[in-house]
Amino acid sequence: MAERSDRLRETPSQTAGPYVHIGLAPTAAGIDGALADLGREIAGDAQGARITVSGRVIDGKGAPVADALIEVWQADAAGRYGAEGFRGWGRVIPDFETGEWRFDTIRPGSTGPGIAPHLTLWIVARGINIGLHTRLYFGDEGAANDADPVLALVPDGRRGTLIAAPDGPDAYRFDIHLQGEDETVFFDA
Amino acid sequence: MGGQGDMAFTPRDWGWQPPALTPEYRTTVARAPANPLLRLPPTPSELSGPVFGHGDVAAGDNDLLHNHAAPGQSAIGERIILHGRVVDQDGRPVPGTLIEVWQANAGGRYRHRVDGYLAALDPNFAGCGRVLTGADGAYSFHTVKPGAYPWPNSANSWRPAHIHLSIFGTAFAQRLITQCYFQGDPLIPHCAIVRALPDPAARDRLVARLDLEATVPFDSVAYRFDIVLRGRAATVFENRPEGM
Repeated sequence: MAERSDRLRETPSQTAGPYVHIGLAPTAAGIDGALADLGREIAGDAQGARITVSGRVIDGKGAPVADALIEVWQADAAGRYGAEGFRGWGRVIPDFETGEWRFDTIRPGSTGPGIAPHLTLWIVARGINIGLHTRLYFGDEGAANDADPVLALVPDGRRGTLIAAPDGPDAYRFDIHLQGEDETVFFDA
Repeated sequence: MGGQGDMAFTPRDWGWQPPALTPEYRTTVARAPANPLLRLPPTPSELSGPVFGHGDVAAGDNDLLHNHAAPGQSAIGERIILHGRVVDQDGRPVPGTLIEVWQANAGGRYRHRVDGYLAALDPNFAGCGRVLTGADGAYSFHTVKPGAYPWPNSANSWRPAHIHLSIFGTAFAQRLITQCYFQGDPLIPHCAIVRALPDPAARDRLVARLDLEATVPFDSVAYRFDIVLRGRAATVFENRPEGM
């Protein structure tokens, strides 16, 4: 199935590097008064059940990746992307010392028949040559997760890497392992 | 609205994009997934994406010479215009999309709390900017040419002068971060991050070209850097094998 030869090739990716915050989260970089940060609120005051997600990005040696940046993209409580008044996108950065991050949003609705609620995550950092796509599913959505067509593509032994564990009321824990025994599933999206 | 939810995109060319593991760039060794990416069928989650507007970008956000400068001041360095167009793989313009940039100052120093390079900060330069592409996909930044800087990769590694760019497109599947380099920089072929790209043609694609026509006499030299995002799938996906 050859591509037409006159098509352009996609611009090659390069790592976001260690100073990604200057451009994408300037306040975290320590810059005041140039640009306001974008993406600090994912759901704003949209209707829906409020949830908190926390976690770390962890490298192949078990060390937290404190210079990562994660983008979140999600549907609203009714399962709609980009509905009027709902951006559904945001940026999350870890604590520079501990690598711990957390974000507040609303629980997304199912985006179609048989599709389990999920968040789309995109991870960039120094040492990551091209942004990594993954998904977060909710550990308390067992039946919906069992029926989800994307989770069904994932080999049994790795499916759990995409499922956030309930961590107190309306809270979830989701560690992203870049490499190793518990390596998270990443998608060619 | 959230982008074009029914449009599938051409699969990424993984012989052209950098692999995750490129040991010469040492940080990739512990940060590269060992498993192959799992191919997703097109779903609304990736075929839609955030939309940005003029509430997110102010006039002057693309002027790095002045967006952190005291009144009457401007950044020190070689004044340049970095401009180009964002198109898809069929050459269609991508209008209204957000481009964000960040860079070191003329001496190679980043305004970031973890950069301790001995080159001085420029009090009138932050090194961040953003802009929305126009109806024809065109964008432009006014800035200083960044300096090279050393980094702890090998015993004597220097990044070529570069500007980081983040581009959204119309769907999350098009999301891209890259770096542009400058024509003629002799550091380019020595850089382990550039060399993460296996194809020399891909490395060359990241080199912004001197654009004399767009140069402003007695003001700024211009460089041209065009960006190509994934295009619509040429054929229906359903018959393609899964996985890679």
